[in-house]
Amino acid sequence: MNSGDTAWVLVSAALVMLMTPGLAFFYGGMVRSRGVLNMLMMSLGSMGVVGVLWVLIGYSTAFGSDVGLGLLGSPTEFFGLSPLLSGEQLSDTVPTMAFAAFQAMFAILTVSLISGAVADRARFGPWLLFAGLWAVVVYFPVAHWVFAFDETDNAGAVLAQGGWIANRLAAVDFAGGTAVHINAGAAALALVLVLGKRADWPQETGKPHNLPLVVLGAGLLWFGWFGFNAGSALAADTTAAVVLMNTLVATGASMLGWLVVERIRDGHATTLGAASGIVAGLVAITPACSSVTPIGAIAIGAVTGPLCALAISLKYRFGYDDSLDVVGVHLVGGLAGTVLVGLFASSAAPEEVDGLFYGGGVDQLWRQVVGAIAVFVYSFVLSLLLAWLVRATTGFRIRPDDEKEGVDETQHAETAYHFGDGRGSASAFRAPDVARALERTHS
Amino acid sequence: MKLVTAIVAPSTLGDVKAALERLGVLGMTVSDAQGYGRQKGHTEVYRGAQHPVDLIDKLRVEVLTDEATVDTVVDGVVAAARSERAGSGKVWVTPVEAVVRVRTGETGDAAL
Repeated sequence: MNSGDTAWVLVSAALVMLMTPGLAFFYGGMVRSRGVLNMLMMSLGSMGVVGVLWVLIGYSTAFGSDVGLGLLGSPTEFFGLSPLLSGEQLSDTVPTMAFAAFQAMFAILTVSLISGAVADRARFGPWLLFAGLWAVVVYFPVAHWVFAFDETDNAGAVLAQGGWIANRLAAVDFAGGTAVHINAGAAALALVLVLGKRADWPQETGKPHNLPLVVLGAGLLWFGWFGFNAGSALAADTTAAVVLMNTLVATGASMLGWLVVERIRDGHATTLGAASGIVAGLVAITPACSSVTPIGAIAIGAVTGPLCALAISLKYRFGYDDSLDVVGVHLVGGLAGTVLVGLFASSAAPEEVDGLFYGGGVDQLWRQVVGAIAVFVYSFVLSLLLAWLVRATTGFRIRPDDEKEGVDETQHAETAYHFGDGRGSASAFRAPDVARALERTHS
Repeated sequence: MKLVTAIVAPSTLGDVKAALERLGVLGMTVSDAQGYGRQKGHTEVYRGAQHPVDLIDKLRVEVLTDEATVDTVVDGVVAAARSERAGSGKVWVTPVEAVVRVRTGETGDAAL
């Protein structure tokens, strides 16, 4: 065990944990004030449901011994994580429990990401049901495909097989462009198709009620994302440092790219555009952060920011109500980042792979494309089935009346903001005095 | 007695208040208002989607005054609230039938 590496992975786990409430604020600020609490609650709910499932069967399904073809880990091998309590359980130089905790945060965040697509119209209980089912059926297996690496001996012989995308296909996905972003984006697309549009979309639904909250959330996401990406090095080493730098500059370039599109198309660079460009850049650099140089990272950000800014208008063209652009930002950004590895990867970076632009030909490019398509198709089809199942068994949408009234009040019996408390409420204490005074005046 | 009602841009309230105080006006009522006039509203853009905003935030300033000073009050408000841009507001005067000071029960001009 290496205490420096362990400290970094534990801190990274905590950083990634902060991304989920960060995402909740990012999403919460973007909806109308009558739906902000539900938006926060869908993320908080994922922390509960997915966190518990992770300990029970999630870690096992993702990182247990492969049960064949690199598709699934043995679901009960690490039930309850009890086998990881001993000090001898190590993943490279860190306790396996630290790795399991770090990866738990990934599972939680990925499920939370989906919720932005169904703002203002999903019932809370069925959302939790969907979140749990989706984690088990979609996320845990896909995490195995992408994040479970073969165990090898010193000579390179495979002792235990891992997931097919990471090992057999050898697509580069450092921190989850496929497993996290394409996965969540495809699920979001499936969910909006099953749930349908909000009643007043797109006329009344597009104004964020609190942009400072959106920026707060984007800032927390960026901060936590350093743990998400650089923590994925699982060591306090050069790879982590390169990844951290790439995560900084790709994001900055993406934000600038988004703002340029807005300035040209709409006449103004907006706050919401800056926050959105930040998230788009973070999404795109996630798979690529260990395989490109900082210049390559800037290029990926500069391509992805404008691409996502343009992609979010697709929903108006095709008429699907992806409330907070999970498809436009996470699916498109995840696809772009994953595929761009095949173009911008440089063997000078820690991953030591050359993409098309660095003399590697199309070898890495096709691997990236196959990985991206496989995760998209699997996630989209299974998410459709799960959403139909939830809709058929419990119902998924709130009633039209409740939608009009607001999802906060009808689902949670709360409202977020209380201004001028007590103003206009009759005082029971004063009422008899007022009645007597009126009698005196008119007698 | 007259009621002077002025719809003004929120940023001009400080000037309007100072002007009325200089003219010897002892009280006023200020409330939030939304509305639009001939300039209509403006358009906000969120992630490329245009959202027209017709009802713009304004303030309603109300001053009760006697017949003799009503023109001075109107001129004061207009001078203080005027700007180059459309949407500076509007002032109108309405007759008032009765006024009562709540604390003392005084009525008419004595209650102003």
